[in-house]
Amino acid sequence: MVSSPAGKDTIAAKQPATPIATTMSVVAPAVAWLIPGAGHLIQKRWIRGLLLMASVVTMFVLGLLMDGRVYRPNGGDILDILGFIGDLGAGGMYIVSRAMDLGHVVVAHATADYGTKFIIVAGLLNFIAVADAYHIAIGKKP
Amino acid sequence: MLTLSHFNAALLFSTFASVVFGITQRDTPREQVRYGLYCFAMFMGGLLVAGWVMWALRH
Repeated sequence: MVSSPAGKDTIAAKQPATPIATTMSVVAPAVAWLIPGAGHLIQKRWIRGLLLMASVVTMFVLGLLMDGRVYRPNGGDILDILGFIGDLGAGGMYIVSRAMDLGHVVVAHATADYGTKFIIVAGLLNFIAVADAYHIAIGKKP
Repeated sequence: MLTLSHFNAALLFSTFASVVFGITQRDTPREQVRYGLYCFAMFMGGLLVAGWVMWALRH
């Protein structure tokens, strides 16, 4: 298959060869990390932002309500380190939960284990949302 | 403390993860909805298959 030159022009016009570094390309990911969904909201992607915010925040709160554990910075077991990295993705919610000493529990039953996973995955999903906010800011995504 | 069954926890997990995957992995609203529903179906399908496999191994 040979693609036509006209097709190449169209693609080149849609996607710049190098990412455009703007103030928004720095601010949006930072805000998105701190407040889930806010990186989309400040770029006027209202519905996407609200859905992301609702999903990540609800998952994190449900995790805490299920007596899930919030990992502290640690240099011990590899799974504990990875758990901390995952939790850190939740940004502001992680900082607040640490400040309020939430999630400082011993996981002693199945529901608490689900809760711990909810908190980790909320953070990991927020990492994806941060990357998406950045892609919108540099014009790679509509 | 909130107590959820394994199935309900997996249902909530699938819903929220599918919403985020749909929004972040596709460009247009139509594709986002379709991909979100696809992810949700895969999560729930995988859950049911894994459940039945474990049941079969146990019996």
